[in-house]
Amino acid sequence: MDIFEFDFMRRAFLVGLLLALIIPCVGVVMVFKRMSMVGDALSHSSLAGVAVGLLFGFNPVLGAIGASLVAAMGIEAIRKRIPRYSEMAIAIVLSAGIGLAGVLSGFVQSAAGFSSFLFGSIVAITDLELGIVVTIATLVLLTFLLLYKELFYIAYDEQAARIAGVPVRAVNTLLTLLTAATVSIAARTVGALVVSSLMVVPAACAMTVAKSYRQTVTWSVVFGIFSMLAGLTLSYYARLRPGGTIVLVGIACLLLLQVGVRLAGWIRRRARRGIAVPETAEGGDSVAG
Amino acid sequence: MKHLLEVKNVRFGYGDRSLLQQVSFAIAPGEFIGVIGSNGTGKSTLLRLLLGELKPDDGTIRLLDRPVQEGGALPGVGYVPQQGLSAVRGFPATAEEIVLSGLYTSIGTIRPARARHRAEARHALARVGLADAARMPTGSMSGGQLQRVLLARVLVAHPRLLLLDEPMTGIDTDSADEMYRLLRSLTREEETAVLMVTHDLARAREELDRVFCLEYGILVEVEKEQLEHELQHRHRHPGINGIPLPETWDEEALHAIAPACGWPAPVNSVNRTSEGN
Repeated sequence: MDIFEFDFMRRAFLVGLLLALIIPCVGVVMVFKRMSMVGDALSHSSLAGVAVGLLFGFNPVLGAIGASLVAAMGIEAIRKRIPRYSEMAIAIVLSAGIGLAGVLSGFVQSAAGFSSFLFGSIVAITDLELGIVVTIATLVLLTFLLLYKELFYIAYDEQAARIAGVPVRAVNTLLTLLTAATVSIAARTVGALVVSSLMVVPAACAMTVAKSYRQTVTWSVVFGIFSMLAGLTLSYYARLRPGGTIVLVGIACLLLLQVGVRLAGWIRRRARRGIAVPETAEGGDSVAG
Repeated sequence: MKHLLEVKNVRFGYGDRSLLQQVSFAIAPGEFIGVIGSNGTGKSTLLRLLLGELKPDDGTIRLLDRPVQEGGALPGVGYVPQQGLSAVRGFPATAEEIVLSGLYTSIGTIRPARARHRAEARHALARVGLADAARMPTGSMSGGQLQRVLLARVLVAHPRLLLLDEPMTGIDTDSADEMYRLLRSLTREEETAVLMVTHDLARAREELDRVFCLEYGILVEVEKEQLEHELQHRHRHPGINGIPLPETWDEEALHAIAPACGWPAPVNSVNRTSEGN
């Protein structure tokens, strides 16, 4: 395939594959903790770090990681203060992140460099960025596998998890930090404006077909990888922006699944009614099929 | 007999609003105890204090011979929350996955569950009458089935003390009968102590060893025979049994009120033994 003749595309697929592995893992837990919007808050805050990086001449990805980590810790701190309205923490940090990014971006000389973080630039990954993606992806994947049952317990009942002895505060903090790192590297590649949909859409797809938590995680990763690879391929041949295309492929999957599930239910109901006809007819009643 | 739970002179309020004025009681192994009271009187708050989610303004709580620490783990204690159903409903998990999480301590941090843990989870499901439901998604279960899954999640860890917040809410009479039978066998055969918040006075009278009533910030033990009459009387009057409530609560006011109600003295001493059971 000529798509793999270019080094930048091979690199894009490798980075895409790694991101598609880890983003749904983090996304599933965030969705079930009713914190789907965390991705948005962190990715928008990462833009402030990008602006700082571009302003002071260091790698903007490192700036994005730093800003995301600060934002993540801010969310956790606010959540602790107002636990009953914890979703407000996300809104506050999101607003602060956008405000700061908006002001700082006004001082950035290279507008193109800054806007590449809005919709991503997966085909322009440097060696340093590739190294950061590989390191963070390995870290996130290992943590997710090792803390699988802790994250499961916290995701569906944080109170019971704490009583049972799960170190809820430590696991939550670790999860938030890893989410921040994941979101910031993903913002560089698929774009800050679309990264949160990569956390949520594969989970939403998986929930329509999975019958257990394990299956939900597995299917989320499968849908994430499919959206990523199909989106990258489509964007290459149709000359589209990769980030947006990847997300739109995921949304198309979700719509098709929803239609498919409803169609399957309708066919099952029809089949059941079809079986009932001869039984009823035997009793002497005539029932339209 | 050594108490599994000792609550001594606990007071608690939200901001300026005082909710629990004087709460003292103790629970021995094998006791099946109910807490009744109107909505908003602080029953769930009392459980949250016992679980270390809230810190008392005054007084002490000892669970399994250890002081309760705010936000700490409670090994040996099982808790089924009032809103337990909403936590599990809609979450994509099987009954076995939910029950397995109750084995967190025995599986250990970071380690994955093994075949013997799965066998234990299935055994716990069988105990609550859901032997065939291990792989059933919780999303397709009825309210009664979900409640039993949550009870199995607690039972699988063999707790010494069970704290249940209105566990029979939303489940049919047959399922409630089964739950009561199970809880009764736990208290008798395994010496597990059960503290249950309930609104079902009729069942409380039939099934429980002792009943505490929490109203107006005080906890008093109620004679089971006069349970219904006393509660109805209380709700008709702005005070307790026609006696106006004191403007400020203190030890003296508490002791003045309780005998006037015709009830036993407030359970304000942890030295009380369970010889009456």
